[in-house]
Amino acid sequence: MRQRITLIGLLFVAMLLAGCGGQSAEESGATDRCEMDDPPLYTEGTLTVATDRPAYPPWFKGNPKDYSGYEGDVAKEIARRMDLPIKWVVEPFNKSYAPGAKDFDFDINQITITPERKQAVEFSEGYFDNAQGILVMKDSPAADAQSLSDLEDLIIGAQVGTTALDFVNETIKPAEAPKVYDTTNDAKSALDSGQIDVFVTDLVTTVYLRDFEIDGSTVIGKYPRNEQFGILLEKGNPLVGCVNEALTSMKEDGTLEDLQKKHLQQYLNVPTLEK
Amino acid sequence: MLGGGPGAPGPSADAGRGSRALGNRGVLVSSASTVLFFAAIAVIVALSPGSEVVAERFFNPKNLWQSLIGSTGNPSVLGAFLLNVKIFLVAEVLILVLALVIAVVRGIPGPVFFPFRLLAIVYTDLFRGVPLILVLYMIGFGVPGLGLPVISYLPDVVYGVVSLVLVYSAYVAEVYRAGIESVHESQNAAARSLGLTRWQSMRFVVLPQAIRRVIPPLLNDFIGLQKDTALVSVLGSVEAARAAQIYGASEFNYASYVVAAFLFVLITIPLARFTDRLIARDKRRREAGALA
Repeated sequence: MRQRITLIGLLFVAMLLAGCGGQSAEESGATDRCEMDDPPLYTEGTLTVATDRPAYPPWFKGNPKDYSGYEGDVAKEIARRMDLPIKWVVEPFNKSYAPGAKDFDFDINQITITPERKQAVEFSEGYFDNAQGILVMKDSPAADAQSLSDLEDLIIGAQVGTTALDFVNETIKPAEAPKVYDTTNDAKSALDSGQIDVFVTDLVTTVYLRDFEIDGSTVIGKYPRNEQFGILLEKGNPLVGCVNEALTSMKEDGTLEDLQKKHLQQYLNVPTLEK
Repeated sequence: MLGGGPGAPGPSADAGRGSRALGNRGVLVSSASTVLFFAAIAVIVALSPGSEVVAERFFNPKNLWQSLIGSTGNPSVLGAFLLNVKIFLVAEVLILVLALVIAVVRGIPGPVFFPFRLLAIVYTDLFRGVPLILVLYMIGFGVPGLGLPVISYLPDVVYGVVSLVLVYSAYVAEVYRAGIESVHESQNAAARSLGLTRWQSMRFVVLPQAIRRVIPPLLNDFIGLQKDTALVSVLGSVEAARAAQIYGASEFNYASYVVAAFLFVLITIPLARFTDRLIARDKRRREAGALA
């Protein structure tokens, strides 16, 4: 309770002060600046951006105080277009959708936009079209799978809270219930030691694991599901307008595409699996 | 004071009625204080600025029901809870046996058995000291990683049960040991003087008394075990808490956690009341013994 009241108080103060800060931004005359006069910020004059830790490349790279990587650079570019300095904070995924005031302005953490989730939080427009990737060990029978139906009788693992798990349950429908892990690292260990035959997660992560983490693994294919990653904000936070405006301008002037090419190109060249 | 006035019957009946009169007044006071206490909590919760959001996110009947029975892509919390029950039942039997062995070994006298005693002491120190979740990680991800035949290729639930048994046996062994040591040495001496061997004395004289005394604390440990079955999910199997987490993450709603908590309480309460009854019975017996 007390923390809540403190947070609300902080938010209120931040809103007042941000109002003052907004005017000086206007004077600087940046063309891509947010149209809102007083974006409600968690901390005055700063864009507080959250992600989970550990943060994985290529989404995030470098120092946790100054991330680069695809999502790191997207967030930085949004902050630049809003004329605000950026401050990174840690937000566990499971906490990001808790009711009540948030400890950040927005959270960027490979979160897929779904209608159910939209009832609880605010999402920006999508900033990346996600596909599911299917990672297996080269010497396992799973490596010969030609289609999703070949995976039915194998033991499949996924990380809790990912749409990969929904994909396994709704589309692959394996005979044995999928194994569900807390973290990518746990699922990685399980695949490496043969506890699971198949690890399904977002395509970029599977290719990263193949190339840098799990010797002898291979990505047998991807499966696009018409999913997009979105930036998460507190339900009803008007800041989403500013974030969307920045994202739209980044799409229009090609910045988003350039960032994707720079960070993700090597991860997306995988054949699509048939159902 | 509260009981019989000047015209009350004899002292023994008076004591009985006196306590009953206190009971009636006590019931009134306790009812009033209970109502007030919970009303105060209800008011604080209802007036809190986020109460509507919390009600929607934690107690929405639609979400409660949906998570209980499962939906497309989300496992049923109730179905997953059966795994908790199975893990509990199997682990409980194994723990009772292993812990008893450890406790008895620790009590064997004589210098020849020193290494066994040492082993029992090291075992209990080690597994009481290491958090269960770390044991789970080490067994559940370590043993399969070794690549040994058979034991590295078991289902993850087996590693979960093994971890629970390792940790809880250490606790339960100490409970047994306390029971064994509470049996007076004269019991053992009497048994030996009647010609029973050391083992027979332990088996027929000491253990029956010891175990009866430690049943309440044993049940207490098992209530803990019931809840800790939820930790087995870190190894991949979907039990109730994990099923709740899956639902919560896909719907961004915490009703599933409420459902899982309710199921755990539902199965724990009967065991807790049973423990209370055993404690009360034991107390009555001891008091009767003291009078005689």
